Amino acid sequence: MSRFRVAVHIVPRKGLLDPQGKAVADALHALGFSAVADARVGRHVVLDVDAASSDGALASVRTMCDKLLANPVTEDYEIAGVDAA
Amino acid sequence: MKFGIVVFPGTNRDGDAYDCVTGPLGASAVRLWHKDHDLQGADVIILPGGFSYGDYLRAGAIARFSPIMQEVIAHASAGGPVIGICNGFQIACEAHLLPGALLRNASLQFRSMPVTLRVETADTRFTNQYHKGQLLRVPIAHGDGRFTIDADGLQRLEENGQVVFRYADANGHVTDEANPNGSMDNIAGIISERGNVLGLMPHPENAIDALLGSRDGLGLFESVLARVSA
Repeated sequence: MSRFRVAVHIVPRKGLLDPQGKAVADALHALGFSAVADARVGRHVVLDVDAASSDGALASVRTMCDKLLANPVTEDYEIAGVDAA
Repeated sequence: MKFGIVVFPGTNRDGDAYDCVTGPLGASAVRLWHKDHDLQGADVIILPGGFSYGDYLRAGAIARFSPIMQEVIAHASAGGPVIGICNGFQIACEAHLLPGALLRNASLQFRSMPVTLRVETADTRFTNQYHKGQLLRVPIAHGDGRFTIDADGLQRLEENGQVVFRYADANGHVTDEANPNGSMDNIAGIISERGNVLGLMPHPENAIDALLGSRDGLGLFESVLARVSA
């Protein structure tokens, strides 16, 4: 059994109104960053997980995302990285 | 006739719900702590407003896994009535008792103000004391009330008559200006397909006395009483 650090990005699903992302994009435009085409604001969750392998850690984190960490109605998630913790 | 009012850490409208059903409604009520495993014989469950678990992760996401919620889900699965108000609506969606989700208000502002609701159907156990098209003056107080659902789900809600309340203007017109949070189709409240679970963002329990500015919310609880006693 080893410990793995798994990072997850959870973002509002594309196509859904994300007022926070829009406010951030508007502020960046006001600062002169006209190259910003879109911004979405979500969450970044870092988990330390005990598992036999990195694949096992990933599988359990995906289950956690489906069950609690992301809302399947409105959010998408992606695993941002897995490292030995 | 007994109401069970669930209290999570961070719930703050349980007293309002309690006073509503035991006061003007004249029913009995019991508070149910989130760690309990027993509904104590309650006929109707209220998930009241507040900020359960600090709204951490997403509003309602963590409350949904409380011990008492497993009993509430079983009660709803057996056809028992459940009313989710504000944070309770968010919890009911997270618990899959109702479809959809409540997201951050489109304005990004917390909105605390009276709104006008249009009763979309009186053919439910929660609205039988109203009539279709009736306008109700009821307060809202929320930051995450933007009802959102996928296109198929929205069509099902509309076709099945599951949309119970919509935000409307003083003339009963459903307009963007009357929509305080950006909810799809101005949806303020829905019922489950089976009709036994109601979720709504506004606070009918705070519109039960002329002193509070409106008595329009009382009919909702009287509807439940009429149905359960019948």
